Amino acid sequence: MRHAALPFLLAALAAPAAAQDSNTWSTMERGLYLFRLGDCAACHTIDEDRPMAGGLGLPTPFGTIYTPNLTPDEHSGIGDWTADDFHTAMTEGVRPGGERLYPAFPYTHFTHVTREDTEAIYAYLQSLEPVMNRVPDPEIPWPLSMRTAMRGWNLLFFDDEAGLEPAEGKPDEWHRGQYLAEGLAHCSACHSPRNLLGAEKDGPASYTGGVIEGWFAPSLRSTEGGEGIGDWSEDDLAKYLRYGRNGHTAAFGPMAEVVEKSTRWLSNADAAAIATYIKDLPYDAPDRVEMEEVSADDPVMQHGERIYATQCAACHGIDGEGVKNQFGRLAGSSLTQAENPLTVVRMVLEGARAVPSDKYPTPHAMPAFDWRLSDEDVAAVTTYVRNAFGNAAPAVSAETVAEIRE
Amino acid sequence: MTRILPEREVVVVGFGWTGAIVAEQLTDAGMDVLALERGYWTDTSTDYAVNNAQDEVRYRYRDELFEDLSRETLTFRNEVGQTALPMRMLGSFLPGTNVGGSITHWNGQAWRFLPSDFQARTHNTDRYGTGIFEEGMTVQDWGVTYDELEPHYDTFDKICGISGKAGNLGGEIQEGGNPFEGPRSSEYPNPPMRMVAAPLKFADAAQELGYNPFPGPSANMSQAYTNPLGVQLAPCSYCGFCEKYACGNYSKATALTTIVPALMRRENFTLKTGAMVLRVEKDRQNTRATGVTYIDTEGQEYFQPAQMVVLCTYITHNVNLLMQSGIGEIYDPRTGEGNVGRNYAYQAMSGASVFYDDFAVNPYVGAGALGQVIDDFNGDNFDHEGLGFIGGGYIAQWQTNGRPIESHPVPEGTPRFGAGWKRAVRDNYNHTIGVGAHGAVMSHRNNHFDLDPTYRDAYGRPLMRLTFDFRQNEVAMSAYLTDRVAEIARAMGGREVRVNPMTVPYDIAPYQTTHNTGGHIMGETPADSVTNKYNQSWDLPNLFLMGAGNFPQNPGYNPTGTVAALAYHSMKAVRDQYLANPGPLVQA
Amino acid sequence: MKYFPGSLGHFTRRGFLVGISSVAITAPLAAREYRGGIPWRPKEAVPPDAYDPDARFFDDGERAFVTAAVDRLIPADEYPSASELGVVDFIDAQLAGSYGRGEIYYMEGPFEDGLPTQGYQAQAPALLYRQAIADIRDGLARAGQPDFVDLPPEKQDMLLTALSEGEDELEHTDGRTFFETLWQNTLEGYFGDPVHGGNRNMEAWRMIGFPGARYDYRPYIDHGGEPLSFEPISVGGRMVQ
Repeated sequence: MRHAALPFLLAALAAPAAAQDSNTWSTMERGLYLFRLGDCAACHTIDEDRPMAGGLGLPTPFGTIYTPNLTPDEHSGIGDWTADDFHTAMTEGVRPGGERLYPAFPYTHFTHVTREDTEAIYAYLQSLEPVMNRVPDPEIPWPLSMRTAMRGWNLLFFDDEAGLEPAEGKPDEWHRGQYLAEGLAHCSACHSPRNLLGAEKDGPASYTGGVIEGWFAPSLRSTEGGEGIGDWSEDDLAKYLRYGRNGHTAAFGPMAEVVEKSTRWLSNADAAAIATYIKDLPYDAPDRVEMEEVSADDPVMQHGERIYATQCAACHGIDGEGVKNQFGRLAGSSLTQAENPLTVVRMVLEGARAVPSDKYPTPHAMPAFDWRLSDEDVAAVTTYVRNAFGNAAPAVSAETVAEIRE
Repeated sequence: MTRILPEREVVVVGFGWTGAIVAEQLTDAGMDVLALERGYWTDTSTDYAVNNAQDEVRYRYRDELFEDLSRETLTFRNEVGQTALPMRMLGSFLPGTNVGGSITHWNGQAWRFLPSDFQARTHNTDRYGTGIFEEGMTVQDWGVTYDELEPHYDTFDKICGISGKAGNLGGEIQEGGNPFEGPRSSEYPNPPMRMVAAPLKFADAAQELGYNPFPGPSANMSQAYTNPLGVQLAPCSYCGFCEKYACGNYSKATALTTIVPALMRRENFTLKTGAMVLRVEKDRQNTRATGVTYIDTEGQEYFQPAQMVVLCTYITHNVNLLMQSGIGEIYDPRTGEGNVGRNYAYQAMSGASVFYDDFAVNPYVGAGALGQVIDDFNGDNFDHEGLGFIGGGYIAQWQTNGRPIESHPVPEGTPRFGAGWKRAVRDNYNHTIGVGAHGAVMSHRNNHFDLDPTYRDAYGRPLMRLTFDFRQNEVAMSAYLTDRVAEIARAMGGREVRVNPMTVPYDIAPYQTTHNTGGHIMGETPADSVTNKYNQSWDLPNLFLMGAGNFPQNPGYNPTGTVAALAYHSMKAVRDQYLANPGPLVQA
Repeated sequence: MKYFPGSLGHFTRRGFLVGISSVAITAPLAAREYRGGIPWRPKEAVPPDAYDPDARFFDDGERAFVTAAVDRLIPADEYPSASELGVVDFIDAQLAGSYGRGEIYYMEGPFEDGLPTQGYQAQAPALLYRQAIADIRDGLARAGQPDFVDLPPEKQDMLLTALSEGEDELEHTDGRTFFETLWQNTLEGYFGDPVHGGNRNMEAWRMIGFPGARYDYRPYIDHGGEPLSFEPISVGGRMVQ
């Protein structure tokens, strides 16, 4: 019972931070803001001319499912849903009629969203142009196509009664951050590892990084360097969410799109709130060992240094210092030194673009080096950047590069 | 069948630097702007990244960033009366193509003209009398003054993040800058480039001789920079691949690195690539442009109606579009009638090489606008009494590159090829400093464009014909400048000096510079110009022409800064006056 | 377990991006419309067209002629000759491609020799080589001279010099244009990036001390006139072996 009461408590807690907004915004404007914060369009819009008409195929571990049409079309969309129906779908993962949704829809997060907020999103969605678009049925092999199977999954991994624990002594801003990050923003959907059934690991394993679309979404837990974004300040994180860049790096890969479509719309207060919450995530990994750097005398390091000097230094600097808000700093970078080298190798192979934003419109991009560098070259240069400039991280093998190159 | 498209408020033809400036200014004023570019999209990190940009064969000698002459070119002759023949390969000048235009492959030498340059006729007449002008010279005033352009030069400096040292701040002469320049309203946005050894040697010699050396104004970044549009540039890494190449690490100011990122985010801007504009259409009464006709890469022809048309192509194409569209009268040198194609001018280039035994130049540690300059012999910065010419040029040591196909200087007397040549290349590659004079070309009755009677382009249109040679004024001026170059070169402490005078008659094959000017010149009256001081056509007031085609003659500096300042000056008048009251901005 | 594959690297946030961007993605050369941002795609690059050893234009006689000629232009000394660095292979492959066909040049007639200031007025480069080499060989044969390749080096030099100075008229094309083109192509093959087939092992760059496709000399700006030394780098990377 204590849990069930929490959403209301949270709404009350959230109120001060949102006050400036709710005073001046209509329900519709709030709905649009929250809709963007939930990054709903990322999955439900595939054609900019027909927003939210759904139909995107998602290759999940369960098979391909198609995102539904959320326009107010009465036949193919949610034109006949009530605000109650929408709230139930958001927070319990159940459609009107009792059919269960696949957990590719992050209801495990949206369960935390308050009734007031789902209503605002509902109001915004109902204001869209109705689009007739019947999306295909899921292509999921028996027995999973029976959505009742989801019930079992939900039993294991989902508790719609679960709420967010208020923390003693944490300020309002922290609670607002928790509400946003755990709920609509669903940060851990990418930044947590998943179990074999595709469910996020929780507890101390949550937010320790995950693999998504072939990129490594780094740990968000605040360790002492080495992993994740431990070397970022709260302000660095807030800037990154708002503008796609900070003094350390820029958003690229899947996160570029999150910034482009979602977090750049955050109010300064909400960006700061999320940063406060995320930067306060505790870290507890007794088995973590101090990395020992690969020696500079290692022939691989020497080969890597030669490649670095001719291919990388023009932008990232001979000492890995980068150019602030333009080219990523490699020296001391936790992203560069992440235990999983997937992101570093992938960036070298196929390039990556910093998300342009209104504040930083320049679309700085790293070029693709796959045509130019061999697997051995890429292994050497990534090993080098992970172990030069005072960095230390496991060496990258040519085999690993070859696998990622596939 | 020509398809007719919905009308747009503004159509910009050609999406290089002036196209980007015009589109940025007019979208900022709330206008709906469509840019048509014949080439394709290019982007720093994909098309000329740090891992593929440095390829002499591909970019310099197989023309990857330059225009495709199989589509259209011009014919050339030195004199009226000769048979013009097509420019079959690029040589003397290298216009660009694709999104970003020619500026993508510039060096980045970013100058302002002198105040007196804009009054070349009245200033020289006042100081020296009409006798100073050679017979046949058609030098005239611009109709715009330095003071009017200054705020727009300033805007452009800040958009680009030009590196340099002011020599004249609001009339106060500044130590270390160019004491001859017109007054600036503010210091350069970035400090000068860090100098390598060669330009410092030049500066020492020039100083010794009593001249006033200063660091050349550079669009290569001396440090990281964010411009007023929020667009960012990175520090130059001195790779020595600027001119004829694109910059791979965002450290040379170009349309793509200063304006396009911000412009492309605007919802009232659209760019179409693969759209080759064939002509500007006008109404029957010959009072306004109605739009443009273009052809796409599939050969489909379109009519794009527009309320306002801005021509932003390379100057040869701007002039050609006027001729192909029947706008204005084509110049005839025999009668002096007509203004379209009149007053073509170029640049008078000469130089000297200083050869050393031990001093190592390490020429590849370079940048397009890394150098020291003297302006003592430019414009009217020196007394021309008795010299027999007007105008002048700057003298500079730019350390731009060590690209060996292009740059392998050898001393006088070296065999053309063979063992002796090979040894000389080896011995001198790292031990030669070049000093150059960058001279003005004044306009002349016989230097002009018209249409060729014989050759046609891929679209069936007659090729434009260029008639050009260096005239008496330029020959005398360049000889004088080259003597000054040689004097400084000999003071630079080398083993020997090789003087390379300007080649006369003008030869269209060897690369000289991509500073073609004139043909749709601006002026004070429709009697002697194609546009008014706001780049607005006298004939069709909703037609504007950007670029160096507006120059009545070509002063002794690189043209880009002035091309951009004229574009901003024009767009300010459009925003402040024309949009509210579309019509002539200057009454004829 | 069959239906719950463990490889969650394929778990997508919301699927792949193809076709979702507001910017249409088609071939870059086609007519396209761009709005609302700058397009970019991962893996997209425009690497150099690497040398293709199967792209050949010359017949055996032409190849022998060009080999002899370029080795007079840049003969062997302590450093390799032009042909030893692959210049003939470079020119052959170039002439077999778009350069040889003159695809980006204006190649419409009428063709006239014109004045020396009017630039290249010959047919496309491949045809220029073919016509000029045939004319020179025919001319030598008609004069009862040995073939070019069998001439003593000093005679070869005299002939090349005469061409360069426009003294020898050829029957079907312009001799000076041929010399200038051959000389230019020889310089390209000798000093160009090895990715195009010449300058093998970057020997020509080593000879003069050019470091090749390096991009950052900031640490060396203050060299003060002391010689620098670098191992050269090719723009082709692993394309050049």
